[in-house]
Amino acid sequence: MSKFTPHTEDEIKQMLSDIGVKSVAALFSDIPADLKPKSFNLPAGMAEYEAFGKLNGLSAANKTERVLFMGGGYYDHFIPAAVDAMSSRAEFYTAYTPYQPEASQGTLQAIFEYQTMIAKLTGLDVSNASLYDGGTALYEAAAMAVRTNGRSRIIIDAGVNPIYRKILKTYVINQDIDIVEADLKDISTDREKIISLLDDRAAALILQTPNYFGIADDYTDLFKICDEKGITKISVFYPMSLGILKTPGEMGADIAVADGQSLGLPLSFGGPYLGIMAASKGYVRKMPGRIVGETLDKNGKKCYVLTLQAREQHIRREKATSNICSNQALCALRAVVYLSLLGKDGFRKISLLNLEKASYLKEKLAGFVEIKPGVTYNEFTVKLKSDAGEFVKKMEKAGFYAGIPASIYYPDKKNCLIVAVTEKRTLNEIDKFADAFKSALSQVA
Amino acid sequence: MENIFSKSVAGRTGVDAGKTDENTINKIPENLRRTVSNGLPELSELDVVRHFTGLSRENFSVDTNFYPLGSCTMKYNPKINEAVAALPGFTGLHPYTAMIDESAAQGALEVLYEISRQLCEITGMKRFTTQPYAGAHGELLGMLLTAAYHRKKGNNKKYVIVPESAHGTNPASAAAAGYSIITVKVDAEGGIDIDSLKEKMSDEVAAIMMTLPSTLGVFEKRIKEVIEIAGKHDTLMYYDGANLNAILGKLRPGDVGFDIVHINLHKTFSTPHGGGGPGSGVVGVSERLLDFLPVPVVAKDSSNRFILDYSVKNSIGQIASFFGNFGVILKAYTYILMLGREGLIDLSEKAVLNANYCMAKLKPFYDLPYDRICMHEVVFTAKRQAKNGVHATDIAKALIDRGIHPPTVYFPLVVEEAIMIEPTETESKQTIDVFIEAMKEIADTAAFEPQKIKDAPITTEISRPDETKAARDLKLTCF
Repeated sequence: MSKFTPHTEDEIKQMLSDIGVKSVAALFSDIPADLKPKSFNLPAGMAEYEAFGKLNGLSAANKTERVLFMGGGYYDHFIPAAVDAMSSRAEFYTAYTPYQPEASQGTLQAIFEYQTMIAKLTGLDVSNASLYDGGTALYEAAAMAVRTNGRSRIIIDAGVNPIYRKILKTYVINQDIDIVEADLKDISTDREKIISLLDDRAAALILQTPNYFGIADDYTDLFKICDEKGITKISVFYPMSLGILKTPGEMGADIAVADGQSLGLPLSFGGPYLGIMAASKGYVRKMPGRIVGETLDKNGKKCYVLTLQAREQHIRREKATSNICSNQALCALRAVVYLSLLGKDGFRKISLLNLEKASYLKEKLAGFVEIKPGVTYNEFTVKLKSDAGEFVKKMEKAGFYAGIPASIYYPDKKNCLIVAVTEKRTLNEIDKFADAFKSALSQVA
Repeated sequence: MENIFSKSVAGRTGVDAGKTDENTINKIPENLRRTVSNGLPELSELDVVRHFTGLSRENFSVDTNFYPLGSCTMKYNPKINEAVAALPGFTGLHPYTAMIDESAAQGALEVLYEISRQLCEITGMKRFTTQPYAGAHGELLGMLLTAAYHRKKGNNKKYVIVPESAHGTNPASAAAAGYSIITVKVDAEGGIDIDSLKEKMSDEVAAIMMTLPSTLGVFEKRIKEVIEIAGKHDTLMYYDGANLNAILGKLRPGDVGFDIVHINLHKTFSTPHGGGGPGSGVVGVSERLLDFLPVPVVAKDSSNRFILDYSVKNSIGQIASFFGNFGVILKAYTYILMLGREGLIDLSEKAVLNANYCMAKLKPFYDLPYDRICMHEVVFTAKRQAKNGVHATDIAKALIDRGIHPPTVYFPLVVEEAIMIEPTETESKQTIDVFIEAMKEIADTAAFEPQKIKDAPITTEISRPDETKAARDLKLTCF
């Protein structure tokens, strides 16, 4: 068995004697005898090499050798080695929340720089220090809207990531908030429907671009209508796309949220990811979570602290803007390192490369399969002649994760497959994928 | 240190993004294109590495400093944890893989299934969900489960009771789930005040949230009475696992009668804190809440394959994108495997031993609000020093000058000038002795040269920041 307690027998004796008790058991004498565990039947411990061997085996039991053309909001992007190196600095990853600024300037400054980059990327004024993931960030944005205008109806486009929508519904089960979903027109936003829902009961309108099917849209017009009716405008975005696509700020959004996984975080079976939230200035005091601010120390030197803490649970308790405490600080660190490494031009280029490679595949596939029309970025929807779920299984045998069958969340779209291509896919992989796609189609027929 | 943007040089780039065809942009109509600069800095890879390495060195951390931050359980995070979470079969696994074809993710699903079973045995609960991303997220899930349970039973409940010593997340989480909060007092021994509880109890109370041992670092001796009172009103008992590190193998919340337990895997089970996350706040439930758990649940089918089960009858839905912070869960799983039964018991015993040793040694120099055997942490008050103008925060800052991360100060709120020390089990007697000497010396200096303590810290990159200015003249971005 392994253990990480350094005590020797002599030291234990000495410490017990200093405490004034005879045994370690005496330290637990406050626990009534009838509350002792009914069972504690765990196996004996393992040596490090045994545990590593076991976990290595479990890791190998996952089929990750197949080439990924699957996204759905979570993508197989390239992660520079320097990102891992920086987030592996134990001074970062074994620290706690930076409550003591004098002992935490490293974390604080990194988060401050992260906030800056997120604000610039989204074209908005401010960002918080991070939230858990995209879906929970979306709930927090909706709650901000409700707090701001006192209304309780959330209008959400059905093109918003269905996982986010599920989370939103779960969060509000015991609150007087109603969620109204606006169905899509095929796979795009139904503007007429949205407009019909924008009345003075609406607290917020939530739109996502590119949407779950990959359709990129400009929501400036809908957000303008929201302005006339006092409705908070929430935009869900895909960080990688913002290298080239119109920003939430340019469209007039008040709050922008995203999952930051694409900014230097591995897929890791669903987490840890990163909840990104940016907002216009007017919303800053309604924001949830940590926020880092710049100030001066006693000697007039520039420094950083957690600020606006009067919004937070450890001060305001039940009146806090949110219950969030720990966030995803290390994931935010990875994002800021990632964005710094690519930099102004590199980020634009890698963003463009996603479009380029996805367009290449889209054009190849268009030769023999129906592609749903519309402007797309690095993900698009293919309409097959039969069940997409079955098709995906066939493609697995050819060594590919071919995409997400839309029917997982949209039962009426049984034959639709959502395909993603990132900068990481080589032209050779894409060519082979297209070939395999063609031959799998002929098998179906 | 200068901010990263001030180091930017136009035309420089760190990592090559690859060859692109500029004409590709024409595939996007002009009204959909970004026209404002992305504002990112322009740096070489070395510039970036040096910048962030430099920043890291301005942090205190467990690997560099003793970190007795009460309630946070800043124990050593074994390096094996990091190695395991970096295995390519885990990092490269897309979460949708399991939703499309469970057979492609058997290893990952086994980890989720097994850790849930282990945690059930450790806590006495019936089933765990790994979805919650952090302790507060687990609390919120617990409150949503509470709401679903009472709705199903037709109960009309509006309130959640929390003791005044509770973490701020407890009332905030209950409020976020739509409940109003009733606060009950703490008695002279640091436990929940039973008379105050009885007085405030009614059929409208949905749940009582308890931290055990309490945030005052002491065992709740009258826990059985509390649970009995709750039983009379169909009130659920919520166990906040922030302090679970004290009682592994000594008490199981499920045996005692708790209905909901959240565990901070980043505390008790050694996954690192990451400078404020990612953590994991997995939640276990008793029999009567099984039907409300979030989906999917990881289960085994008749041929022993791991599957995703969506058939939970009255499931509240989902509160995370997938299965929670999987990379964090992996670390906790590895830790539990390595320690095993004996190691887990040993862990709690040494945590409690270290805390009581701190208490015994520091008692002559600092006042104890509750002078009794403590569990894994001990709460002092700086009342004596405050008479001389030296407050808990001053003592905290003086410790920084002595190379030690401060304990938690001003929490729990019920103790004036609170100093909450949690040494954790991984610290040696030698390290703790150095801390005790530092605390003694600070107490001495506070008595005779208080200004010296009030000027601390003087050895750090910065002196005390003006926090009022930070909140008043808001500056939240570099430019």
